[in-house]
Amino acid sequence: MGKYIKFFVVGLFFGIVLVKSEAVSWYRIFEMFKFQSFHMYGIIGTAVATGIILLLVSNQLKIKTINGSNLKVPLKERGLTRYILGGIIFGLGWALCGACPGPMYILVGTGVFSIIIVIAAALLGTYVYGLLRNKLPH
Amino acid sequence: MEYILQPWPWYVSGPCIAIVMFLLLYFGRTFGMSSNLRTLCAIGGAGKRVEFFKFDWKSQRWNLVVVLGAIAGGFIAHHYLSNPINIDLSQNTVEDLKALGFENAGQSLLPPELFSWDAVLSIKGISILIFGGFLVGFGTRYAGGCTSGHAITGLSSLQRPSLIAVIGFFIGGLIMIHFIYPILF
Repeated sequence: MGKYIKFFVVGLFFGIVLVKSEAVSWYRIFEMFKFQSFHMYGIIGTAVATGIILLLVSNQLKIKTINGSNLKVPLKERGLTRYILGGIIFGLGWALCGACPGPMYILVGTGVFSIIIVIAAALLGTYVYGLLRNKLPH
Repeated sequence: MEYILQPWPWYVSGPCIAIVMFLLLYFGRTFGMSSNLRTLCAIGGAGKRVEFFKFDWKSQRWNLVVVLGAIAGGFIAHHYLSNPINIDLSQNTVEDLKALGFENAGQSLLPPELFSWDAVLSIKGISILIFGGFLVGFGTRYAGGCTSGHAITGLSSLQRPSLIAVIGFFIGGLIMIHFIYPILF
């Protein structure tokens, strides 16, 4: 049980940040795709910039994980088709329901219970991908 | 406290998200919210029928705990740390939404036109939520990650597959908002 507490705390912080930044709001996603505000681009941009710096610095300082292994990000497989097609399908859904997976869970906490329908549909989508995986170009 | 209750500016929120990613790497894991969807399918028994879900889901319990924390965080932030709740959208967005039939844009976290029970109980309303959720779930697994896995973690580690996926996210999102929304609403 104890080893899970740190993950709960990280999740708690993540949930608070996404609500306070309004990134969980459908309206903000609409506004982003309309290019009518810098807000979401600022969030994603500074997150990536900070992430790059944190990873470079930890690499320089050879920071280890708590398990003692080297801290590094697992590499994604090379490819094009799955990333562009999967990405487009994801983007269509993201813009339609205004929530990507993280915000879906967080919105349950804010009391918007109709989002559970979206989560259930996302589970179905994941399952159908698993079913068709061998037939899809990757 | 006053600063915490106000909406947080992007230059505070973005770095905080990077810290979440970094902490999970420091704990020997990776930041990826959509992986939980696969784990939940596996817990539901999908591994009996489909190979893709046949894996040791217990090794992913830590990520489900992150989700539980995120739900609790959403609850605390919305109920105790938000004042005012209104979203300061651009005036153009409010007007564009009004033209599409969305009144009072930004007065709540999500538009009641899509997420209120009245909306959900209409054929159109529930179809939008189900179709949108399905595309997110299918697309994220096909692309091998979502906003957290590709846009934050993948771009931070300068990976080309993630850049391609993020370009895909935007192509899809732009098609939806600029071409499909005018037909739907």
